[in-house]
Amino acid sequence: MAEKVLMKGNEAIAEAAIKAGCRLYFGYPITPQTEIAAYMAKRMPKIGGTFLQAESEVSAINMVYGVAGAGFRVMTSSSSPGISLKQEGISYIAGADLPALIVNVQRGGPGLGGIQPSQSDYFQATKGGGHGDYHLIVLAPASVQEMADLTIKAFDLADKYRVPTMLLADGTMGQMMEPVELPETTSEPVEKPWAVTGTKMQRKHNIINSLYLNPELLEKTNFERFERYKQIEQNEVMFEEYMMDDAEYCVVAFGIAARVSKNAVTAARRKGIKVGLIRPITLWPFPVDVLKKAADKVKGFVSVELSMGQMIEDIKLATECRRPVVLCNRSGGMIPTPEHVLETIENLAKENK
Amino acid sequence: MKVFEKPKALTDAPFHYCPGCTHGIIHRLVAEAIDELGIEGNTIGVAPVGCAVMAYDYFACDMVEAAHGRAPAIATGLKRAMPDNIIFTYQGDGDLASIGMAETVHAATRNENITIIFVNNAIYGMTGGQMAPTSLPGQVTQTSPYGRDLSNQGYPIRVSELLASLDGPEYIERVAVNNVKNVRNAKKAILKAFKNQTEKKGFSLIEVVSSCPTNWGMTPQKALEWVEEKMIPYYPLGVYKDRSAENKEEK
Repeated sequence: MAEKVLMKGNEAIAEAAIKAGCRLYFGYPITPQTEIAAYMAKRMPKIGGTFLQAESEVSAINMVYGVAGAGFRVMTSSSSPGISLKQEGISYIAGADLPALIVNVQRGGPGLGGIQPSQSDYFQATKGGGHGDYHLIVLAPASVQEMADLTIKAFDLADKYRVPTMLLADGTMGQMMEPVELPETTSEPVEKPWAVTGTKMQRKHNIINSLYLNPELLEKTNFERFERYKQIEQNEVMFEEYMMDDAEYCVVAFGIAARVSKNAVTAARRKGIKVGLIRPITLWPFPVDVLKKAADKVKGFVSVELSMGQMIEDIKLATECRRPVVLCNRSGGMIPTPEHVLETIENLAKENK
Repeated sequence: MKVFEKPKALTDAPFHYCPGCTHGIIHRLVAEAIDELGIEGNTIGVAPVGCAVMAYDYFACDMVEAAHGRAPAIATGLKRAMPDNIIFTYQGDGDLASIGMAETVHAATRNENITIIFVNNAIYGMTGGQMAPTSLPGQVTQTSPYGRDLSNQGYPIRVSELLASLDGPEYIERVAVNNVKNVRNAKKAILKAFKNQTEKKGFSLIEVVSSCPTNWGMTPQKALEWVEEKMIPYYPLGVYKDRSAENKEEK
């Protein structure tokens, strides 16, 4: 077993990426994720890797596109306003069916917003983000350990399905320090016969491309991509259940909101309210089945979010609106307290006996 | 006896370019350079958004299609991942000097060891003839129907001069393809820009002053005359930067 070290969430992402075999990182400074770039700037030259501070987020994501096209593991990281800038490139990466990791350590928005933690890029991350028919696999860590584990997982999933993946963290996750055990990667290198590495005059040229002027052909590539999305939805959903066995009410929260909610669930249990927690770890694919099943037995849901309420829409869709879903939220960089969540649970229990 | 033939670095796909368009000549010159250096199997090209968007079908080497203006960033990624491969971009004036100006300037100032073929025909061709950053003063286009008005739309950008002011780049030359003599010079420059990369000298950009008969509303012959009479006076041909040669002189 590897030894435990005390690390910031952002640094855990960076070191885990290196463990996963990523040797090329392209970024642009933005709070609260700059530690990732700083860590890479120190580490990459020592291990024969590449750290490059790009002239913009737009350039950084296109450098990623180039490297991904050549079949190398590659990543970029940013925070909300910077992720908006990357959306063009992310759409092209998805359109060209390339694996790559994009990390978003979210801050409050819209616009320049603030620099405090937020989850208000949920829609952007889970519904596509850029133009066109596509999805990202979106992973939401709730501890520094998961920042590391899910980074490695994100690279593996990207290679397996030829899709870009997003690690959707928030400022708290990025900045907090916790003991973390950095896993040794066990993933086998994936064959990438489609990559542009030079024909060596041995094969027909490979083309990395998302342009299809023939609409039938474009539709065909989209159908093919969505077939892969179906497989992802079947095979890759991840979530954590906490005290759900006998639960009459269900809190749904991810990331830092899930940690706050866990405290509230424990406190509510002490008060005799039978409440549990479902924590989506994959935000796309969303854990639809477990929520659907939960709706068979619980009397209501609470969606705890650091936004004006975005995931709540997916909860309503998953549960087919069969039970009330109430929102417990803060926005703009504020975090709900366990008391706030507890109060919301108590009100829900009172109104839905 | 040498028989005229198509360069090996071009596929058999027929070009979609308009009659009289000089993209065909420039594609050929690039392919000839790749053939002469024997680098096809090791080369990756990056196609732009613009008339040359489908260059990925025409070059026989591995190709990447870029988002509008982003080719130098993509080339940077490719080169950083594979320093021993030969990476080139092929871009027009709107792509390189308008939407992609940041990528161009920063790839140049980092002296990325890549080759850029920059086709300047003073107009947006693919979208049907809008004003480009290199459109001449007074030039009539779809989006400057009364002629490019300098007080409203600003001045044309001289890319070679601009980039030559940076310390970073290795080689900047402007050539033209409007007559045989100029085509031969263009060939030499393009070959050198690729050779520089094989010798790890750094960023080489060849600006090729070219024509667009369709969107200029001229016959191919008239368009080539316009290149000589209007374009070249505004965009003088020549070597704007050759760092290796400069260093030699200093020694």
